[in-house]
Amino acid sequence: MRSGVVIFPGSNCDRDMIVALRQITGKTPIKLWHKENDIPNLDLIVIPGGFTFGDYLRCGALAARSPVISSIKNHISRGGTVLGVCNGFQILIEAKILPGSLIRNKKLLFTCRETTLEVQSCMKNPFLSGLKIGERLKIPVAHNDGNYFAPLDLIKKLKEEGRIAFKYSNSTNNEKNYNPNGSTEDIAGILSNNGRVLGMMPHPERAINYLHGGTDGLKLLTNCVEKIIG
Amino acid sequence: MKIVVNISLKEGVLDPEGQAIKASLNNLGFRNCSDVRTGKQIVLNFNQNNETETLSQAKKMCEKLLVNTVIENYEINILKD
Repeated sequence: MRSGVVIFPGSNCDRDMIVALRQITGKTPIKLWHKENDIPNLDLIVIPGGFTFGDYLRCGALAARSPVISSIKNHISRGGTVLGVCNGFQILIEAKILPGSLIRNKKLLFTCRETTLEVQSCMKNPFLSGLKIGERLKIPVAHNDGNYFAPLDLIKKLKEEGRIAFKYSNSTNNEKNYNPNGSTEDIAGILSNNGRVLGMMPHPERAINYLHGGTDGLKLLTNCVEKIIG
Repeated sequence: MKIVVNISLKEGVLDPEGQAIKASLNNLGFRNCSDVRTGKQIVLNFNQNNETETLSQAKKMCEKLLVNTVIENYEINILKD
């Protein structure tokens, strides 16, 4: 299992993601600098969270035009797997690898706390195949612009194609703020049309140890690695 | 020549910043303000004076980087000195 973690100026979850992948795969992922346009063959590329280029213009907009992105697009066209977390999800959207947009949180607050996700998708993909539909995972979020927004016809299409990976779940049934950002249909993560690219706002790499308060992130990432190794 | 690009959110796209400004204006007593929408302005300096060429380049810049056409509209104007 060869994995790589992309680093832009302003990435800040790259080390945590490297620790998580090393813990799962036993191998240290390679670091991919944003200026690289010739990257080796990898099984998994992760675009970690952060505030790339200071969130200037729009979150992820400048990172999405970096040289490394065309290599990532080639990796995807060869059937490669990509995970984008938080700012990584914003970058995948800005690069038009995933559809829709991520706008400012509804209440204008930077939200940093645990959320409960509910697995939605049944489509064949390496991220969720080992998990059950309706299964709940506790994974934290930390973002300012995670409000997934898309035209109604796109939301309908994503639903029909089973491309909504996770929704924020009202785990206690009376929790008012279970959705941390006001996203359409409580969407927390979506898949590409071939299921090999996942963008999600919550941070699985921040829930890989009991000291973090939970290990559901480890479960998700381990599942993904196992499915890729096949 | 100078080009000014005005970027605004499309109708129907939530503008929480605009809503927060509206609430604050209402608190200040401007109760007749029923909606606020925010946007941004980008000024581009070109070292050329061919209007058609410059406008066409500015349009390409908007589509490739400056604007997220999923949620934003834009307007390009020549800025007269």
